[in-house]
Amino acid sequence: MDSQRRLFKPFAIPLLLIGLILLSIFDLSLGSVNIPFNEVVKILLGGISENEAWQNIILKIRLPRTLTAIMAGAALSIGGLQMQTLFRNPLAGPSVLGITAGSSLGVAAVMLATGSAATLLSIQQLGIGGSWLIILASTLGAGLVLFLILLISFKIRDNVVMLIVGIMVANITIAIVSIWQYFSEPEQIQEYILWTFGSLGGVTNEQLGILAVVVGFGVFASFFLSKTLNALLLGESYAQSMGLNIKWARIIIITITSLLAGAITGFCGPIGFVGIAVPHLTRSFLNTSDHRVLIPSCVLVGAILMLFCDIIAQVPGSSTVLPVNAITAIIGSPIVIWIIVRRRNLKKSF
Amino acid sequence: MKDSILHTDRLSCGYKSKKGASTILNDLSLKLEKGKLTSLLGANGTGKSTLIRTLAGVQPAISGSVLMDDQLLGDLSGREIAKKLSLVLTERVHVGNLTVFALISLGRFPYTSWLGKLNSKDHEIIEHALASVKMLEFANTHIDELSDGERQKVMIARALAQDTDIIFLDEPTAHLDLPNRVELMHLLRELTHKFEKSILMSTHDLDSALKLSDELWVIDRDHQLSEGAPEDLILSGKVEKAFEQDELNFDYQFGSFEKLPAAYTKEVSIEGDQLIAIWLKNALKRNGIKTIENGSETILIKGDRANYHFELKGRDGEYSTIKRLLLKLNNL
Repeated sequence: MDSQRRLFKPFAIPLLLIGLILLSIFDLSLGSVNIPFNEVVKILLGGISENEAWQNIILKIRLPRTLTAIMAGAALSIGGLQMQTLFRNPLAGPSVLGITAGSSLGVAAVMLATGSAATLLSIQQLGIGGSWLIILASTLGAGLVLFLILLISFKIRDNVVMLIVGIMVANITIAIVSIWQYFSEPEQIQEYILWTFGSLGGVTNEQLGILAVVVGFGVFASFFLSKTLNALLLGESYAQSMGLNIKWARIIIITITSLLAGAITGFCGPIGFVGIAVPHLTRSFLNTSDHRVLIPSCVLVGAILMLFCDIIAQVPGSSTVLPVNAITAIIGSPIVIWIIVRRRNLKKSF
Repeated sequence: MKDSILHTDRLSCGYKSKKGASTILNDLSLKLEKGKLTSLLGANGTGKSTLIRTLAGVQPAISGSVLMDDQLLGDLSGREIAKKLSLVLTERVHVGNLTVFALISLGRFPYTSWLGKLNSKDHEIIEHALASVKMLEFANTHIDELSDGERQKVMIARALAQDTDIIFLDEPTAHLDLPNRVELMHLLRELTHKFEKSILMSTHDLDSALKLSDELWVIDRDHQLSEGAPEDLILSGKVEKAFEQDELNFDYQFGSFEKLPAAYTKEVSIEGDQLIAIWLKNALKRNGIKTIENGSETILIKGDRANYHFELKGRDGEYSTIKRLLLKLNNL
């Protein structure tokens, strides 16, 4: 068993990469218009398709959605991995610790801002400036909540207590948004509620560039933090005794996580589940806690899972699109339960 | 050649809060001797952990200074301290998915590049650390498959991989059973003598500390610290003072604490094999029977450890075990 797992390791990343590419192409071929698989590949490779409409659909509509799914999966997974290591808690993740709720507060603040006509539509019309506004609001909201949790974590050493505090802070944040909604105009609320369903399709080409910059920066920065995160595996006291500056490590890790989770939440809505589940799946499959392996692998596993959920959300063979937020939970949770029951080592591998 | 590797100058440690500082240990001028095993003893709450944390630079001193190799601790960066001093803590590390090798390689943290890549020298040091704690064959084992004793040895190997002259251990034997405790203490002794490591460990294990440490730091209930050879501190009564409690007595012959019976109900004398006599005395004492020269009864020990029984002088009957003998004595 053990030697089998070790054999699997060197092939893991190439295998995941191949899986990611295949799923991406499959995802691109899905939608209300049926485009053959080989045509999708041809268009992607820069060839000219006989059908100009197909080319437009693929490159202008479906490619941004697929790329958004890949980035969302990668960013949320990395955020979750960092939170789980920092708090040394297997239940930590962007959505549980209230980071997503903080993002919602930030977005609500922009969308529901009283009096102004700051609906999602008008923000989209603002172009890049508006995108930055949402990312900024969402990140600030996420950062605010995380900072609060960080402050409390200096007082509390117990991880379980810390987690409960995180959930409570998330509740307070959600309550504030509720009150805000209560006093807002129906049209503004509608925009906001649509946003909370989660959507990978609402990201325009321009916004995609911004998202790519933020997510790319976040993922690279986390990879640079591999050594720090590895040291934190032994707990903060040991990390400190090995010369790690805990205060800065905490601040940097939390900033990167809020940036990643904040940006994705801002554009795609609050997508739950992925952040918690992917790190566990990855650790369990690769049988390692080394972040130098885990970070690239989490990016791939996260992207694959998100693409898979997006494919389901498209409901292949129909023109219906379901809210992706619901799909990640409905599809993802049974997968995780199945894996826990089958492998029984999710806790052991943490 | 200098004999101390770390010393303090009028160091006071404790906790700083908004209301002011609460000092636990005052005005310490200590020397940690090079290449020696020093044990830090003291009852709970006397400040052992505070002292270790302050000496390790994890907690700021209230006043005074700590000098490591004649450099002020406050002037050293975290990484510089990490190259001079490593820690082994009481808390159990909760990480399942690391191999022994991977965990020990974390000890190379202060030396490796930004990605933590190990070069051939790092590999050599890690393997040497593994060999030093005799865990070489466990290199690819996962941490969660180890026993508590093996786990603690791995944590010590991690400290060795950090390649520091000084190692602090905070109650390293707390979770271990007796054989593992003894083995660990001997391992630490070996490290001090073979590799010139200077080791300071806090412990509650009075027995092993008195037998195996080169040096003792004892903190008494008034937060006074005394240093010296274990035997000197026993004879001067410092050890007794540190742990004294109303109902407990310090046995100066064995270096351990015991509770004396409220009153002795009988006085007996013993004749026969010396070794059996020691354990018989122990049993008698526990049952409120004092052993004296001319007691009301005389117990005769017949035979030796391989085959023995007891008789009572002037009475009929043989008793094959201490338990049976005690039953008889209590019914006299």
